Amino acid sequence: MTPRPHTPSQTVGPFFGYALPFPGGGDIAPAGHADTITLHGHVHDGAGQPVPDAIIEIWQADPRGSLSGAPGSMRRDPVTGRGIGRDGVEFTGFGRVPTDADGHWAARTLAPGPHHDGAVPYLSLAVFARGLLHHLFTRVYLPEHADALARDPSLATLTPERRATLLARRERDALYRFDIRLQGEDETVFLDFPYAPRPLGDVRG
Amino acid sequence: MTTHALPEGLSQQEIDAEIAKAQTASHPPHHPPRDYPPYRSSHFRHPKQPPIPVRDPEAVELTGPVFGVTDVTTLDHDLTRQHQGEPLGERITVSGRVLDRAGRPVRHQLVELWQANASGRYAHQLDQHRAPLDPNFTGFGRCLTGDDGSYSFTTIKPGAYPWRNHVNAWRPAHIHFSLFGTAFNQRLVTQMYFPGDPLFPYDPVLRAVTDHAARERLVAAYDHERSVPEWSLGYRWDVVLDGPAATLFEPGSRPAEEEVR
Ligand SMILES: [Fe+2]
Repeated sequence: MTPRPHTPSQTVGPFFGYALPFPGGGDIAPAGHADTITLHGHVHDGAGQPVPDAIIEIWQADPRGSLSGAPGSMRRDPVTGRGIGRDGVEFTGFGRVPTDADGHWAARTLAPGPHHDGAVPYLSLAVFARGLLHHLFTRVYLPEHADALARDPSLATLTPERRATLLARRERDALYRFDIRLQGEDETVFLDFPYAPRPLGDVRG
Repeated sequence: MTTHALPEGLSQQEIDAEIAKAQTASHPPHHPPRDYPPYRSSHFRHPKQPPIPVRDPEAVELTGPVFGVTDVTTLDHDLTRQHQGEPLGERITVSGRVLDRAGRPVRHQLVELWQANASGRYAHQLDQHRAPLDPNFTGFGRCLTGDDGSYSFTTIKPGAYPWRNHVNAWRPAHIHFSLFGTAFNQRLVTQMYFPGDPLFPYDPVLRAVTDHAARERLVAAYDHERSVPEWSLGYRWDVVLDGPAATLFEPGSRPAEEEVR
């Protein structure tokens, strides 16, 4: 069957800030969870400047490797309609954080578990920004999985230097740094997910 | 005295020439190229390295976040009812279906939208366009898709607005949309346009989709059947999400989330 032609992407633009961010967007870990880790970093452009109008989304397995997620990332108060944050119990696996004026972002979460036997755990990131006509996917691997990452067949063609852009750096206990460089030296590795496992040829419609 | 300092930079004619040049370059036909010189902001913000294709049938990205009744309120789909009074502008409904590339409805997933008001001004302090803010309009809505992938919003038609990409740059009226599929890699942020807008040929953001048929898929259709007498004008816009989902693969190769939970 010929796949339907899809809807094209367009930039998120500069004015998403009153719409997409929500209270507790970076608080993925249940409130006060002892195993909470903080993941943070800067987004930089090809001129080395911070990107103050990017927004990052995170999708990940829970510590047991479950990818079923849960609703409630963006809970709303039915009385006022305002965002009230998560319920502090459920692990939804989803987070969304805008960069600040200095291009910095941070999220508090739980380290993902392997999503199947032998899988190397990682967090999936989608990066949206003014100037980006189509968002970018990347991954955050924690430093303890560096050796396993080197064996990942999807990423085997990368040089060790490029692969290292997918590794968070431990700054101190439970604090990890992951910078995103959109362009230039040390450009972050970005990923693409072709529609079909086999090439479909030209599906222009 | 108010001065409207003109942005430094290229004229519309120079941008038109760049659009024509990019049009002849070979790009993937459907999504816009991330490196698109007529859109000045893309210059330092596109990767120079090609993305790495991932074909792992057990990739985390083939699953995605879920949303539910706690994430939306019953008023969120109506942008005209978020304040004390009625917003200014032409009241419209925008409705349609969200499908995947196999034509299956994307059920119970989150659709978000944001837009400028009828004068072309966003409720964002960095939007300095000298058009009035509307105290009765914020311009943000959400809903969950139905069993058939359907969504519907009531809002007002946004105005066109100037931006500083080049001298005399104007964005055609548009509504920003954010959509989730069943897989995170199906994620889509895009913009919906209104039929027959005279600004289409001049806009580098829309023209970045270099394939004409693909560009047309960003334009809603006026649908008289969906107009409500004495109330609102109806627009129809269907969305097809790109990217594989876990269900496209053999059942045995799916992440075993059901067993884990
Ligand atoms: Fe806009």
